[in-house]
Amino acid sequence: MNSQLTSQFTSPRELRVSSWLHRHEKSRLAVLLSAPLFWLVVAYLGSLFSMFISAFWSVDSFTGSLVKTFTWDNFHTLITADVYRRIALRSISVAFLVTLIDALLALPIALYMAKVLSPRKRQVLVVLLLLPLWASYLVKAYAWRTLLAHGGVLDWLLHPFGLGTPGYGLAATTIVLCYLWLPYMILPIYAGLERLPNSLLEASSDLGAGGGRTFKSIVLPLLYPSLIAGSIFTFSLSLGDYITVKIVGGKTQLFANVIYDNVGTAGNLPFAAAAAMVPVITVLGYLYMVRRTGALENL
Amino acid sequence: MKRTQLTQFSTLAAVLLLIAGCTSSSSSTDTKAASDAPALPNIAAATSLGDGEGALNIVVWAGYAENGSTDKNVDWVTPFEKASGCKVNVKVGNTSDEMVTLMKTGQYDGVSASGDATLRLIYGGDVAPVNTDLVPNYATVSDFLKNQQWNSAGGKMYGIPHGWGANVLAYTDGTVAAPTSWGAVFDTNSPYKGKVTAYDSPIYIADAALYLMKTKPELKITNPYALDDAQFQAAVDLLKAQKPIIGEYWSDYTKAVQSFESGNTVIGTSWQVIVNLVNGGKKAKVNSIVPSEGSTGWSDTWMISSKAQHPNCMYKWMDHIISPSANAQVAEWFGEAPSQTASCGMTADKNFCATYHATDAAYASQIHYWTTPTKACLDGRGSICKDYAAWTQAWTEIKG
Amino acid sequence: MYFSNRSKFLLKIISTVVFAFLYIPLLVILVNSFNTSKTFAWPPAGFTTSWWGKAIENDGVRAALLTSVKAGLGAMSISLLLGSMVAFAVARYQFFGREAISLLVVLPIALPGIITGIALNSAFRTTLEPLGIPFGLLTVIIGHATFCIVVVYNNVLARLKRVGKNLEEASADLGAGNWQTFRYVTFPSIRSALAAGALLAFALSFDEIVVTTFTSGAGIQTLPQWIFDNLFRPNQAPIINVVAAMLIALFALPVWLSQRLSEGAGSGRI
Repeated sequence: MNSQLTSQFTSPRELRVSSWLHRHEKSRLAVLLSAPLFWLVVAYLGSLFSMFISAFWSVDSFTGSLVKTFTWDNFHTLITADVYRRIALRSISVAFLVTLIDALLALPIALYMAKVLSPRKRQVLVVLLLLPLWASYLVKAYAWRTLLAHGGVLDWLLHPFGLGTPGYGLAATTIVLCYLWLPYMILPIYAGLERLPNSLLEASSDLGAGGGRTFKSIVLPLLYPSLIAGSIFTFSLSLGDYITVKIVGGKTQLFANVIYDNVGTAGNLPFAAAAAMVPVITVLGYLYMVRRTGALENL
Repeated sequence: MKRTQLTQFSTLAAVLLLIAGCTSSSSSTDTKAASDAPALPNIAAATSLGDGEGALNIVVWAGYAENGSTDKNVDWVTPFEKASGCKVNVKVGNTSDEMVTLMKTGQYDGVSASGDATLRLIYGGDVAPVNTDLVPNYATVSDFLKNQQWNSAGGKMYGIPHGWGANVLAYTDGTVAAPTSWGAVFDTNSPYKGKVTAYDSPIYIADAALYLMKTKPELKITNPYALDDAQFQAAVDLLKAQKPIIGEYWSDYTKAVQSFESGNTVIGTSWQVIVNLVNGGKKAKVNSIVPSEGSTGWSDTWMISSKAQHPNCMYKWMDHIISPSANAQVAEWFGEAPSQTASCGMTADKNFCATYHATDAAYASQIHYWTTPTKACLDGRGSICKDYAAWTQAWTEIKG
Repeated sequence: MYFSNRSKFLLKIISTVVFAFLYIPLLVILVNSFNTSKTFAWPPAGFTTSWWGKAIENDGVRAALLTSVKAGLGAMSISLLLGSMVAFAVARYQFFGREAISLLVVLPIALPGIITGIALNSAFRTTLEPLGIPFGLLTVIIGHATFCIVVVYNNVLARLKRVGKNLEEASADLGAGNWQTFRYVTFPSIRSALAAGALLAFALSFDEIVVTTFTSGAGIQTLPQWIFDNLFRPNQAPIINVVAAMLIALFALPVWLSQRLSEGAGSGRI
């Protein structure tokens, strides 16, 4: 990118511009970056890391005050008790499943909106897509309680097809999480498709590729960053959710519940901080894997 | 390219570690060794009261401090503000744990603490003893609520009793054969398998311990909140065995009421107010009993912060909230027994105190109120008991 | 064209089903706002408009709505400022650490809210409180802004990359000062991206509960917190359904307008 730009500077005028920019670049860059970096690095990462330091502390069993002496105990408990491994695996599977289902639901609808509908109808659908985001998350989750109850709306709707509600539990949690985060998957995919020039699709079909072939060879690869961007939302929002599972999860729990239950509990911040490492490492690993796709800039 | 990226990452990491190092070294203020038998922090109670400071910040259970913003007719905060000149800022705590955490911040003057929070606050030095002489309405509070294990220490009252209730056994009338024992929710061959509910909190382990206290005398449990390794393990095992027959755990009462109304739940631990709401909705008819083993329950206490910035306003509030009229209002709105005996004549529902057994000392004596489990056994056996952190981790394990 | 009628039809069917999936729960909310049952039991026990009356005269919900709007606007303003500053730096300059910036900006939204919440909570307690800044609206705004920066950043960055810097350079060449160039060249070209980012930032903040739980203090109650409290002690829980229905109606117009705005200056014009 940089070399491309500098090679363009050939005329004296352009050189003048570049030297002007060059003279002022450092100070302007410093002005632009100082405030955001102070916020994100010092305030945000600083608090994040001081929290992780506390993962090596413990809590006075009676008063709940922090005991600031180094210990591996929290990590030891976390690793040796298989219940945490089981819950972590369950949470990651749910987050993965939610992401997968949302991607499968989002692709056709985004395709339909971006490439089939007229611009006017498209606009209406985008608004319809954004509107549910304003009905509070909690209210929607409780509406799903009504839907999922035995003898509730879903039973009544699905009865003609010989189906029924899965009842409260892990399946219900997955469905509701899919529902809650679906718009966050559709929007980036839709934006990605909108950027995709129609001429490309036309060229593909002119060259004799069918719809499926065009989709597989042209659309999907170009859409990859948008898909990843959407997945960051659905994956981490699902991984961090502890309220939905309380509402429709029946008797199951997810990893965020472990963190939440411990942070309140006699202020067991150290154990919660240690437990928080699990989603942090998972998410960081995911981000590391996808960082080259440019997805981070497509949210 | 690869190398620069690597350098960038490592520089970032170095910066972060530096920051982390700074914060951790600068914040080691209350380094305190864990001790088994904690000393009572030496905090003196107020000896006299001055004028109100003009403001009051309190942490409350939802519904304990209503100012008419929820419902115009439900308001005992505004009259207090007018009379005392203290502007009340309310922070709702959703769990006892959250309340303790909030009180530890020192931002609040007082809290309506349940018994599973009070001892943590007392021994944590977060609350001060209360001079009950400065709270005139205290005199007519039910005697069985005074100087109890969950609201006093070292012979001093650390708060003013607010109201109390039992965790009753609720069951759908007609569907479930009338139970007499908690055994109905622990029976692994229960005919109501998948429709049993339980309270979603570590403190529910005490319900299992209470049941074992009566059914397994060989375990020698004397207090369901003081469990040594073997006793604790037995209670945890009982709950693990119970899990297959559970339909769902509940923690908020919209969920609990909905479950009974839709028939997703037909039996389980509940609160009287939930039972009343279900019956009021006429979708289902639910009965409630305190089974033969007795039951767990809560008794809430208004406590004053040891760092209170508005102590006079807090004292005025404590007196106001147990005044006969205010205590009657809050008890009816929340759905629990008032602590103030003089409130019984002032409730809108004339049978209210009878329904909730408000002045029934015998009924109250069957209840083992929520108390924070600590390492130092509450029954005085020494430092062999499981603390609340262990209870929490066990609860995670029970839910699996 | 490039879609057969059959695949168009198929896409239409799937889209209809997905939209039904999105809207059926909202319909349930609307129906329940007229349900006489205090815990919105299904099927509705009877028809009543009393919850709507109660919601309208409820001071608590109005105060909470106002708090949420304030928090949303505050978080939005900060993230607009910080987000576009970083976007400019990344789009227009080369510097050491540029690649790490995207990761840094995305981190607050990619990490679960509960982690951001706990971390900020303990940080505020050790840094802001000793300075006499209590937990309150300000801390909520700080918390929300942290994870809202990314949406502004991404929108603005994408736009800046698309428009390139030729126009800005031309403007400078023609003798325009920094401010003039920004005012007449840069700003108009990124305006719709700013609007889109602002709307998303506001929406994210408006419906946030987890970070809010850990960063709010006495006397501060955002709308999601108010809803949560009403579910916990439901003497009149059904009004949360009314509130949700009202919110959709209330925000339909701004969403529509911002959509018009961003489409208008959108694809391919520059």
